[in-house]
Amino acid sequence: MTTTYEPNKVLSNEEFKVVGTRPIRPDGADKVTGRAQYGADYNPADLLYAKVLRSPHAHARIKSINVSKAESLKGVLAVVTGADTIAPKKGESADFGLGPQPMKYLRDNAIATDKVLYQGHAVAAVAAQDVHTAEEAVNLIEVEYEVLEPVLTAPEAMAKTAPILHPDLTTDEFGNSNVADHFQHKMGDIDKGFAEADVIVEREFDTATVHQGYIEPCNVTALWNDDDRIHVWLSTQGPFQYRDALALALDIPQSRVKVTPMEIGGGFGGKFPLYHELAAVLLSRKTRRPVKIVMTRAEVFGGTGPTSGSNVKVKMGATKDGRIVAAKTELRFEAGAYPGSPVGAAGMTSFAAYDIPNVIVDGYDVVVNKPKAGAYRAPGAPNAAFGIEQVIDELSKEIGVDPVEFRLQNCAKEGTRRADGPIHPKVGGIETLEALRDHDHYQSPLTPAKNGGKVGRGVAFGFWFNAGLQSTATISVNGDGTVNLVEGSPDIGGSRASISMQAAEVLGISADEVKPKVADTDSIGFSFGTGGSRTTFATGWAAYEAANDVKSQLIERAATIWGVDPNSVEMEEGVLRSKTDTELSMTFKELSAQLNDTGGPIIGRGSVNPAGVGGAFAANIVDTEIDPETGKVDILRFTMVQDAGKAIHPSYVEGQMQGASVQGIGWALNEEYYYSEKGTIDNSSFLDYRMPTSLDLPMIDTVIVEVANPGHPYGVRGVGEVSLITPQAGIANAITDAVGVRLESMPMKPSVVLDAINNQG
Amino acid sequence: MPATKVHVTTTINGEPVEFLAEPRQSLLEVLRDVVQLTGSKEGCNDGNCGACTVNMDGRIVDSCLVLGVEAEGADIQTVEGIASADGLHPIQQAFLENAALQCGICTPGFLVSSKALLEKEPNPSEERIRMWLAGNLCRCTGYDKIVKAVMAAAKEMAS
Ligand code: FES
Ligand code: FES
Repeated sequence: MTTTYEPNKVLSNEEFKVVGTRPIRPDGADKVTGRAQYGADYNPADLLYAKVLRSPHAHARIKSINVSKAESLKGVLAVVTGADTIAPKKGESADFGLGPQPMKYLRDNAIATDKVLYQGHAVAAVAAQDVHTAEEAVNLIEVEYEVLEPVLTAPEAMAKTAPILHPDLTTDEFGNSNVADHFQHKMGDIDKGFAEADVIVEREFDTATVHQGYIEPCNVTALWNDDDRIHVWLSTQGPFQYRDALALALDIPQSRVKVTPMEIGGGFGGKFPLYHELAAVLLSRKTRRPVKIVMTRAEVFGGTGPTSGSNVKVKMGATKDGRIVAAKTELRFEAGAYPGSPVGAAGMTSFAAYDIPNVIVDGYDVVVNKPKAGAYRAPGAPNAAFGIEQVIDELSKEIGVDPVEFRLQNCAKEGTRRADGPIHPKVGGIETLEALRDHDHYQSPLTPAKNGGKVGRGVAFGFWFNAGLQSTATISVNGDGTVNLVEGSPDIGGSRASISMQAAEVLGISADEVKPKVADTDSIGFSFGTGGSRTTFATGWAAYEAANDVKSQLIERAATIWGVDPNSVEMEEGVLRSKTDTELSMTFKELSAQLNDTGGPIIGRGSVNPAGVGGAFAANIVDTEIDPETGKVDILRFTMVQDAGKAIHPSYVEGQMQGASVQGIGWALNEEYYYSEKGTIDNSSFLDYRMPTSLDLPMIDTVIVEVANPGHPYGVRGVGEVSLITPQAGIANAITDAVGVRLESMPMKPSVVLDAINNQG
Repeated sequence: MPATKVHVTTTINGEPVEFLAEPRQSLLEVLRDVVQLTGSKEGCNDGNCGACTVNMDGRIVDSCLVLGVEAEGADIQTVEGIASADGLHPIQQAFLENAALQCGICTPGFLVSSKALLEKEPNPSEERIRMWLAGNLCRCTGYDKIVKAVMAAAKEMAS
């Protein structure tokens, strides 16, 4: 069978009426007219504005803080410091998408108490009548620091002589050190594996700290109301996690905190953690007025959670006939100032795309004087893949087999065990690689150079496990045959559409007859945040359950009206009918008009914590042009292939793939936190932290592969993250193809590429 | 001491608007906080993201780099002024039909920029669109669907 790969191909596995179509998103009109209310757009009456004072030092002890000058500035209403926070109880933790973390660390990260551990660490905050007065006031706060030596990378922080960040951080293996955790995944016999190998490649890679780069700065408006309830409006990926963490930080019951998720301008994992929200709440407690904080871009870079820089050692061995027999990696990840880097997820995914009998993965979580790492789209996996996928490329070249065929030969499939334990259920790795191999891009000659440089092609392949977790939804039926859907997952990229469509499919109505609403934490049951590629999968499933609940009640109601046994009534494609009496039939719309008078309104509910999460694979092809004079790399052609299980709204699946591809291109070529020796960031603006613009890029072609996930009613797999894992390594492999050198550090900026070319043997 | 405010007379989205601005307030701040037009977004406040793009006297500008007091006598169009009583403008419709937004925070800036391009050049090439929009950052879409939406709008407006 030959497939024609026109742009944005969907290799569809099953057709539905609504699922798989491309309706206009329900929040579309608000978003193209400027009416959509993002966090910073919310201005309640009596609003105060606050600013945060941040540490200029990467590592220092706070000796004293004097706020009196700030307090006496005209227009200032309140000042808070770490002394205003409540000491968390021992053992309390909160989960912001990277596993549970001790509340003490989360609190200290929100406002420093004894030490500052990175430049940008919050020290105090001021609320004033207007934002400029608040700005002036923070500059009047006098902080006396005892400056300490900073340590900035994981290997340096692991050295015996390194400055210690936390005197209370200990492990059995390392005692009191900067190592917060060391884990190992082991499978088979690694020595035996390498003994069997004909070819062994071993390399060491470094990657810089990078930011999610969401365009909307973090923001919050908090009100400590006169009934002692707290209402927080903000752009967040996880309103319920915020609610619970704030309640813990303030030592009050969850029910006293209400979080209203506003429209959110990007997150990519970075809008989960507690940042300035605690300061806003404490300022509102002092003033009993709503207090708003919106970060500047420099604060976003310095005071939020970027993703880890890392040091990754990789050693892999293969036989002459192309079988990978041994694989070993050591992952040293910067956690930033407090424990909890994404090294765990990196460890879970390191060799998980392949079937390798002998594997050892060692992971180290290491604290350094940088902002506490947050989640960033497939957290940790791209760091590891940058090294591993280059070593695989090199193995394939040494053996002399096509890199895609090499990966196909070693690809993980149903039944393959991952080194961290789980066995792959039905997965689409092979189908993804086959689509890549057969794609017009891979079958075509190299794209010609645009500027006379050297051209090369690279591929890379990756796996991400995806999350399930809890979601809830309710659906109420309107008298005109439409329904209102309430759910708790902030919509970052079109998920209101993909969730509504699953409910519409069940009820046999069109997508625009479902009116979705992302509710506040008082108005819907617990729903884990939008992250882990889980929203369309899990919240969509909750909507599916709620729609089925509505459907069975509609069947019962029709049976009551007709005076027949409910078992004799069915509902298909929006029509209720008797299975036995052809005279008895009515549409959903006709029945909905009668509900109020025939027993009352109908509401359905859905609550899930699904087990059948389907992992996803992605692979990409990239053609690059390298200017040998300057080392600058241009992307000439780019194709991303990803297994979506079932693409509910293919346009938004493509959007995820394209967006992730471009983030990967930026990560590969330009993006990094540029640190001075003192540990200060020298490039905290979009001018100097260079993210890709439209001019830097070609069209990003996509292929959606659909290998249905048997664990979801429509076969959905998560789609939001896996496409960020491969572009960096794909580009590195393309550079090697073009100029014959391996790039062992990221970003592969002109100076790095040029050095590599010049140092070539 | 808060500075003395200056009285400014402008036209915004075709209607006369007067406001009081502190000399240190940017046009973006004035639009969002004083005039309550929050459709223009702040992504960086230093001219590097384009989320605050508005059309001022026929030129697109980053409103975070313009002072509110500089708007005296100016004719300003923001995202709120793109649709009319007849409905969405073709560029807005094209963004929706082509799924050219994910989070949507960059969308107001892209719409204002793209509309200005199509008014000047009804049939721009892909390269020209990419060049024109290079001052607007989008982190979600990878620009592919945005560029396609602008091409679709050009086609629609020509027909
Ligand atoms: S806010 Fe004006 S350019 Fe970014
Ligand atoms: S759609 Fe999110 S930044 Fe463009």
